[in-house]
Amino acid sequence: MGIDIFEIVVNFLKIVVIFLLMIQMVPLLVWVERRGSAFIQNRFGPNRIGPLGLVQNLADLVKFLCKEDFLGHKTRKNFFYVAPVLSIIPAALAFGAIPLSSPVKVEAFKWLGYTWGPYIFYFQSFVMGIGIVFILAVSSLAVYALLLAGWSSGSKFSLYGALRASAQAISYELALSLSIVGIILLFNTFSFSEIISAQNGPLEFYFFGAKKSVPFLPNWGIFYQPLGAILLFVALFAEANRLPFDLPEAEAELVAGYHTEYSGVKIIMFYMGEYGHMLVASALMVTFYFGGYTLWPFLTPEKMNIAFSSFSPTWNSILTALVLHGVFMLKLFFFLWIFIWTRWTLPRFRYDQLMDLGWKTLLPWALINTIITGIWIFFMRGGFSG
Amino acid sequence: MDSLLPVLVCILVVATFGALMLSVAHLLGARSKVPLTKAKSLPYECGIEGQEQDTSRVPVQFYLTAILFILFDIEIIFLYPWALTFNDFLTQGHGQEVLLAMIVFLLIFVYGLFWEIFSKALNWK
Repeated sequence: MGIDIFEIVVNFLKIVVIFLLMIQMVPLLVWVERRGSAFIQNRFGPNRIGPLGLVQNLADLVKFLCKEDFLGHKTRKNFFYVAPVLSIIPAALAFGAIPLSSPVKVEAFKWLGYTWGPYIFYFQSFVMGIGIVFILAVSSLAVYALLLAGWSSGSKFSLYGALRASAQAISYELALSLSIVGIILLFNTFSFSEIISAQNGPLEFYFFGAKKSVPFLPNWGIFYQPLGAILLFVALFAEANRLPFDLPEAEAELVAGYHTEYSGVKIIMFYMGEYGHMLVASALMVTFYFGGYTLWPFLTPEKMNIAFSSFSPTWNSILTALVLHGVFMLKLFFFLWIFIWTRWTLPRFRYDQLMDLGWKTLLPWALINTIITGIWIFFMRGGFSG
Repeated sequence: MDSLLPVLVCILVVATFGALMLSVAHLLGARSKVPLTKAKSLPYECGIEGQEQDTSRVPVQFYLTAILFILFDIEIIFLYPWALTFNDFLTQGHGQEVLLAMIVFLLIFVYGLFWEIFSKALNWK
């Protein structure tokens, strides 16, 4: 984690802060969701506590913390308590692997009589070259939390909800992982930072071996992989168990699905897991298809470095990182709003329709996308000339 | 190993947070003044006596889906190294062989998928 005590402490704090960043988004998103749904359905929503009802979630949290910690006699106690914690872990791990801004370069400095330094701090918890594989690996672990929750509750609604949730999650995982293959073919890397830096520039592509450039468009993945972007977005909706894919908790059939028996703060933790998956999904869309934390041609790391050139190099890179983090957050909020908007617009699927969509529509289209991308790259990058 | 140590630390941080939430709720939570009755401690069903046993059976379709998932997931995993190295092979002039090999593999994949669809293994009633 680092070579000296300063770097280790900063890296540890970074992990904690990025996790808390994810956690503090949950009450904010719940507020946006409630106010947004009220706006869509032409009613008021929470508007009593605090300005615009912003403090409502704090009051709700106090209420949840004071609820009775109840255990039915058919619940399996240990698993029942472990499952909510397990549902946060995959989302937190996946969110930590996504770069939220440009790296901060700290020059050597003197402090407490020692010379510290030079450091590079990346704006992500885990710096790894296999980011895509890591995210796929940890986000599929979320199924275990749902299965444990459903099975340990000892209620049939919970069990069926958990079974539905796991069947849905694994079905859509196929389409999800297959639609990312196009992105890997395009950028030849598993690393998020390289994908983002490849998208920082004008749109450039090969047309039968000749390099073409479109000077007024950024080099975003959406222009190469429109079909892949749609497939990935739909599959991510299903992975996050959001409406129209929230069959595991279809209240008309299953009461509340896998968390029927849960109450109080444990249900909040399931919500944290769900909203965490939503955050990861939006961050993946931003990173793969919309340039991550860069916004060429206006807000790129290079231009920010020039704009802040009157500061010292360390402050220059900190200010650059903060501005680019704002860009990332704006893009993230756009996708989060689409998640909320969709929830209050579309009705829920039937279960057989859901499975048909995953296996018979998304999976074949993702295959077609992969084949077309491979053949396109072969011909356009001059495959026969070699 | 150096890049996986933060992952372990993050798991510990999240687990600590979860344990803290659970224990605070346990300490602050209201205590019921009446003794626990059987009706309250039963799992929720619909109001009358619960019918469900621990060993209740689940539809076989879920198992079938899980088995088919494993087959397809492994096939997709094979695509990842290919996608990563395709461009390198292309620049070294071996693009034809690599593309052809993967198209043959994907045809088998597509054949398997269509066989599955037409054998009605994926139909939910």
